[in-house]
Amino acid sequence: MSRSEADIKAYDEFIKGIWKENPVFVQVLGMCPMLAVTNTAVNAIAMGAATAFVLIGSSFLVSLLRRFIPKEVRISTYIVIIATFVTAADFLLQAIVPAIHKELGAFIALIVVNCLILGRQEAFASKHSVRFAVVDAAGMSVGFTIALFLLGAAREILGFGTLFGQSLFGPSFEPWVVMILPPGGFIMLGMLLLAGNAWKQRRLRTGNRVRKVA
Amino acid sequence: MTVADTTGTSASPTDQPTFTAPKPTSAFRLILTLGLAGLFSGLITVLVYEWTLPKIEAYRAQQLQKTVLEVVPGAAQMRALFQDETVPGGWRIEQPKAGAGPTPDLFAAYDDGGTFLGFALRGEGAGFQDVIRLLYGFDPGQRKLVGMRVLESRETPGLGDKIYKDQNFVAQWSDLAVDPQIELTKDASVIGANIIHAITGATISSRALVKIVNQSNGQWLESLPEPAPVEPVSSAVETTREDG
Repeated sequence: MSRSEADIKAYDEFIKGIWKENPVFVQVLGMCPMLAVTNTAVNAIAMGAATAFVLIGSSFLVSLLRRFIPKEVRISTYIVIIATFVTAADFLLQAIVPAIHKELGAFIALIVVNCLILGRQEAFASKHSVRFAVVDAAGMSVGFTIALFLLGAAREILGFGTLFGQSLFGPSFEPWVVMILPPGGFIMLGMLLLAGNAWKQRRLRTGNRVRKVA
Repeated sequence: MTVADTTGTSASPTDQPTFTAPKPTSAFRLILTLGLAGLFSGLITVLVYEWTLPKIEAYRAQQLQKTVLEVVPGAAQMRALFQDETVPGGWRIEQPKAGAGPTPDLFAAYDDGGTFLGFALRGEGAGFQDVIRLLYGFDPGQRKLVGMRVLESRETPGLGDKIYKDQNFVAQWSDLAVDPQIELTKDASVIGANIIHAITGATISSRALVKIVNQSNGQWLESLPEPAPVEPVSSAVETTREDG
């Protein structure tokens, strides 16, 4: 594979996490943090950043060590690696942004069981070179963070009438309290998935009409 | 049975030669891999912990002092109290310090005129998932709790975390008799000066709080010092500045 071909492939691996295989909107993985901590945009971004740190770190190590880890104990080894990064992320958030850490609470520790992370190790990092594994993890992390941010921003705007804590509509706005509660998460996620799928269907139909394989 | 039959028919003889059993990895190698993973994991965890601990402790101390003013209504200043047998009266009284350091056993809270209002006591114990740390205000004159805040907990989101998110539950702690001891009930019709109503879906977390507070009461209430008034708040601020 020539240099430029490898670059194109790496670019594809990165973009697929954001769009074609978006962990939330396409794979529907990692729903627990997705629904739980996305009541404000800041929480969503903090959760996305913590997940990115764990995912990229674990993918790097798993890919680097993929020839040394025997198949029989691979899952337990992956979990040990992931758990180490999660514990580190937990302490670092607590030291650097304690207010956000308190807000995210138990969900930081729960990153360890986010199926997105173990899924990427098993499906991708353990079978590809370090470079592609990191690029794949970065793409997935960005896709995950974008999805979290979309949901968090939409819920914060409707539920509090603010974005990043800045008031948007003035004092006469009546907040939709349901949006910051768990049902609001489900409703908003459902609407985002609906919009995404409607767009995909539409593109598929127009693609068929001009006899293109979508 | 059906499953076994299906597998039997699908594995035709022509498939068999292509299948070669993978060579089993030696047990030693498996143990070595997991052992090394555990070793490095432990090393990294401890390093990060040691590095972040001072910052986390400084923040905790700051939060603790902020919370003291919240759990004793009307409080504007405080003194940190350390139990110390070498001091007459058994208590060493200090200005609260910023940054990491030994955590005071309790705090005495005063209004801005320097009048003593109550104590802030710490409590700590097992919750549903992890240790719950809390702080509560105690008025020794009325022998009543006047406020309670959960400082740290990892209770189940949506259920156990109501111990600090449910304002009705938290409000129950701001006028609560401690004698003979605080009792928990699930029955809404039971009413009393020392009764806490458990949160539906968070009974274990509610019970944990009651147990923590009762335990802390048992430890401290009989040995509380006699509170003396302190200087009004303006001079107290000056003192703090000189210290800093």
